[in-house]
Amino acid sequence: MAELMQFLLSGVTVGAVYALVALGFTIIYNASDVVNFAQGEFVMLGGMITVFAHMAGLPIPLAALIAIAGTAAMGVALNKLAIEPARGAPVVSLIIITIGASIFIQGVAQLVFDKQLHRFPAFSGDTPISIFGATILPQSLWVLAGAIVVFVGLWAFFTKTLTGRAVLATSNNRLAAQLVGINTNWVMTLSFALSAAIGALAGVLVTPITNISYGVGIAYALKGFAAAMLGGMGVPLGALVGGILLGLIEALTAGYLSSVYKDAAAFVVILIVLFVMPSGIFGRKSTDRV
Amino acid sequence: MTTKRVTLLILAIIVIASPFFFPSNFYYRVGSLIFVNGLAVTGMVILIGYAGQISLGHAGFAGIGGYACALAPVHLGLHPGLAAILGAAISGALAWAVGRPILRLKGYYLAVATLGLGILVSMVLANEAWLTRGPDGIEVPDLGLNDVLEFVGIDISNAQFWYFFSGLALVIGAWIALNLYDSPTGRALRALHGSEIAARTVGIDVARLKLQAFVISAVYASIAGSLLALQNKFITPEVAGFMHSIEMVTMAVLGGVGSVLGAFFGAAILTTLPQVLTVFQEYEQILLGLVMMLCMIFMREGLLPSILRALRGKDK
Repeated sequence: MAELMQFLLSGVTVGAVYALVALGFTIIYNASDVVNFAQGEFVMLGGMITVFAHMAGLPIPLAALIAIAGTAAMGVALNKLAIEPARGAPVVSLIIITIGASIFIQGVAQLVFDKQLHRFPAFSGDTPISIFGATILPQSLWVLAGAIVVFVGLWAFFTKTLTGRAVLATSNNRLAAQLVGINTNWVMTLSFALSAAIGALAGVLVTPITNISYGVGIAYALKGFAAAMLGGMGVPLGALVGGILLGLIEALTAGYLSSVYKDAAAFVVILIVLFVMPSGIFGRKSTDRV
Repeated sequence: MTTKRVTLLILAIIVIASPFFFPSNFYYRVGSLIFVNGLAVTGMVILIGYAGQISLGHAGFAGIGGYACALAPVHLGLHPGLAAILGAAISGALAWAVGRPILRLKGYYLAVATLGLGILVSMVLANEAWLTRGPDGIEVPDLGLNDVLEFVGIDISNAQFWYFFSGLALVIGAWIALNLYDSPTGRALRALHGSEIAARTVGIDVARLKLQAFVISAVYASIAGSLLALQNKFITPEVAGFMHSIEMVTMAVLGGVGSVLGAFFGAAILTTLPQVLTVFQEYEQILLGLVMMLCMIFMREGLLPSILRALRGKDK
């Protein structure tokens, strides 16, 4: 029982990180129909910038803030320089552009920073908290809290604020949104900034647990993509549930079946889900326009 | 002359004439890599260019083809050449079995499903160390054809042999792909690329055709994987990895996925680039990422069609 509890706790922690990445995917996908494979690099940048700002002598909260703001600026730059000029390009081209961006950012990161593994101290110490015979790191609670706060914040943003509704309107029908006076370019900029900031936040929160290096981005991108797909592309609740589910499946596979195949579990589940319900758990069925 | 003949002629001339400009044996090695990648990418042309389907997992099939050549000779006593055919059969069968449910998906969903498939294959290759010897890779037996050539009096170096052998494979692969383009199947594939619903209304069995394109491209990737393993006499699970899948798609789209020749140039550029960039090793990733982005933003149809159009524009 304690063993199961332990797997569940570690699964939820990892899952919360996936959920944050998946939420980032969701925002950009909604605003622009682009799946941004560079999403994982935002996580990497969040962690790396914080590490290096902290090493330069800044306190962690300030370093984290700089990292999140800097990554958000990076997201805006990505949109302005690579995504906007390619508007209307086919899916394959967009996939290659964002993967190219991901490789590019990785290359810059290993040049500007280094190739080492880094971490910084956990926010509330490293003394494990005991729950039902299992233990959880205080930092894991930070990750969980982060995922929940971001999800609730996004929900409020999209349903309660005019700007958030403008984003939703743009995702439903770009032309119609333009016609009612929404500045869709600004909506895109905002979405990329927001999405990058959320990715960076995930990086800041998870670095004390898992360490960070310039190359971790692509793994987060793939898992976050899988999580978003599992929950249903473009649905924030789906991203949250999909992320946590994916984390749990991985942890249980690692615990009971085989630790080397824990990464495989995620993709087996994705394949099964896509076979059985091709639009994910919370996704709407898509129809073709002739 | 038709596009088909021109394409085959250009490819044949490239294969035969390039060695006259090679300053050293090393260039045969690069050339043969280009041809092997070109063969894999020709399969992507059939899948992406003709049928309009995407795959981010085709390296998985290359991995199967490569490991078949490493394992079948040792465990089944097969000749490495037959092992390559066995690998192609396994790849085709896997593509057929998995393709049916996967190909109902579209766009990003198809992308993630194929991506998952590729990653699963590479994970099995890396983790089943009792069979594959794990992430460090495994040696592959010699094909033995070069010895036969030597026996009949043709004495060429190993690099030269593989250069011409891969070149021959590329030309044959291109010939098959070009024939397919003009066949009823090819027409139907292009029709469903344009609009699946329209294709269905004129009586095209969309599901069956997509599956065919998927299986054919898997066989291409598998054979390319086998050729790579046989000439390197060594293979690691990386050949089935995600980055290799991306490379295959990028090569195809970079050069121009609509045509065999365009895709070949994409393969040539992306294969040569790292060799040239070793001078700027620090900047290799940055440059690769930049090339990928810039080409896709400014030359959406790929390099070759864009250049041809620019040339034609000047003529007018």
